Amino acid sequence: MQKTPLISAKDVDVFYAKKQALDKITLDIPEHKVTSLIGPSGCGKTTFLRCINRMNDLVDICRVAGEIKIMGQDIYAPEVDVVALRANVGMVFQKPNPFPKSIFDNVAYGPKIHGLAKTKGDMEEMVEWSLRKAGLWEEVKDRLAETGTGLSGGQQQRLCIARAIAVKPKVILMDEPCSALDPIATAIIEELIDELRKKFTIIIVTHSMQQAARVSQRTAFFHMGILVESGATKSLFTAPQDERTQNYITGRIG
Amino acid sequence: MTNPTTSFLKGQKHLNRRHNAEQRFQWMGRIAIALSLIFLAFMITSIIWQGKGAVSTTKVMLAFDLSAQMVDPENIKGASYEKIVKSALRSQFPNAKKRKQKKALYALVSSDAGFQLRDQILANPALLGAEQTLWVSASDDVDMLMKGHISRAGAQSDRRVNDDQIGWIDTLSDEDAIKRVFNIGFFTSGDSREPELAGILSALVGSALSLLVCFALSFPIGILAAIYLEEFAKKNRWSDLIEININNLAAVPSIVFGLLGLSIFLNVFGLPRSSPLVGGMVLALMTLPTIIIAARASLRAVPPSIREAALGMGASPVQTTFHHVAPLALPGFLTGTIVGMAQALGETAPLLMIGMVAFIVDIPSSILEPATALPVQIFLWADSPERAFLEKTSAAIIVLLIFLVLMNIIAITLRKKYETRF
Repeated sequence: MQKTPLISAKDVDVFYAKKQALDKITLDIPEHKVTSLIGPSGCGKTTFLRCINRMNDLVDICRVAGEIKIMGQDIYAPEVDVVALRANVGMVFQKPNPFPKSIFDNVAYGPKIHGLAKTKGDMEEMVEWSLRKAGLWEEVKDRLAETGTGLSGGQQQRLCIARAIAVKPKVILMDEPCSALDPIATAIIEELIDELRKKFTIIIVTHSMQQAARVSQRTAFFHMGILVESGATKSLFTAPQDERTQNYITGRIG
Repeated sequence: MTNPTTSFLKGQKHLNRRHNAEQRFQWMGRIAIALSLIFLAFMITSIIWQGKGAVSTTKVMLAFDLSAQMVDPENIKGASYEKIVKSALRSQFPNAKKRKQKKALYALVSSDAGFQLRDQILANPALLGAEQTLWVSASDDVDMLMKGHISRAGAQSDRRVNDDQIGWIDTLSDEDAIKRVFNIGFFTSGDSREPELAGILSALVGSALSLLVCFALSFPIGILAAIYLEEFAKKNRWSDLIEININNLAAVPSIVFGLLGLSIFLNVFGLPRSSPLVGGMVLALMTLPTIIIAARASLRAVPPSIREAALGMGASPVQTTFHHVAPLALPGFLTGTIVGMAQALGETAPLLMIGMVAFIVDIPSSILEPATALPVQIFLWADSPERAFLEKTSAAIIVLLIFLVLMNIIAITLRKKYETRF
């Protein structure tokens, strides 16, 4: 790897009560690239994703051990403010979950709570910028006051992306962002992801190997709580080192 | 291979059995709804039927001697109006000679007639100096007779109104000196020992003040408790214990809360007895579990994806709760509150324990003054022997129901306003 990684995980263990969900995950994630996490259901890829912005804190029985550093800072250190962490590590969820508010308010919420916009004009600019980046501006510019839940599924997901990038995070985590969408909406989002990586670092969990191959530069394959293999997407798909990876990408397991 | 059961036709035996079962179930449902509607209609018509009389009251017109000899214009309040009323009755019906007859004659008008006369003179002193014909309230027995609740038939000794009195009333009636008017007093005065004077206002105000106190305490406390338990508290043995206790509290008989109020609020804190403040506090104790349980259920119904969305944006837990979760749960909060408040409005037992069962004539003007409440007033009137209190009781129930309906309308309007689809 030519550069120091933006995110580096070292020996990450995750337990749900007594059950171990992740075992000694060590993975580096480079900046301005799309890294996809693949693997069969229950392999721990979403768990790992949620460790990166500490969403697992919300689960009472969840315990994380090991070390995850983002730009050199250990995000599980006691002096870390998880609110500040999440402002820098945004997240897009599996099911589009816009707030039941207007389109404008959905995007403006992040900048508002983080105090990013000084004036009303700033805010409008910021909302427009985010919606443009998310490729939604042209479709919604005339109805910003309408409620976000009234959009189509694909539009809702792009609204969620706009909402996430409005606070200008370093990293965007995407948890199967296209699994609830039709192929056309999926194609639009995939294009968008490619566009967004110029500005952000993206980690995407996906069930679709084709999607991983299409959008990501790097891929990590998880299986039963362990990281089996990671590397450049092309080499992982064409010349997997591990037999389990081979089986998975050819469809024999999973 | 032909399977004998492969047929799409109607009328097969096992299909008929299933259709019949479905029909039976639907009919049972319809009958249940019809029965409950019949009971409801029965209850409402009987209450209205019995209570409708209370909106009118009977007045009689008499000629009062208001010469300076009887009322000193310099000292209007000092005159003996009872004497004037009695002499007016005597001069109207000189045939009442015996002591017993006179007593019966005086019983035609309300014991309040003298005061009513005085008030009319105070309002219009120009009446003084001559004989004036003025209207005063009839007694409750006359009122009942006029409304047909006391029968004219039967032995005199079995009746509240004797033959002499019926004769006098008929005379007044022939002279158009007796009439039924709208009973303003029922809505503007407090309780009274005399049914014709008893009004609902003091109980209504008492109930309104108690509910205000109850709402001011139980809404914020209940909602905050629910939000804390649901959104912030760690789930462990303690939270389980608290949850069990809250659920149990909701099932505690209300009189127990009254006893608690008596021993803590009155005896330990020394708060004023019979006051809407203490009444409201006791009702709040009773309402709290209802509100907490309903509010928690409505918080639980907010999709977790909303919380994740907000937290994922870097909103703090408090921001997440108050910007996103609580607004979505608000309609549920309101539903729980209205159920609790409606319960509190109809509650009698705990109020008995803290002295709100007292006989209250004055309209309470603050939450610290003695007051009674609508259900207690209904209980008191239902307990009174006079026939005239029967219609007061029903009328008070109607007032209580209207109060309840108004409360519900407000809550439903608010809920509609804040309802968001997601």
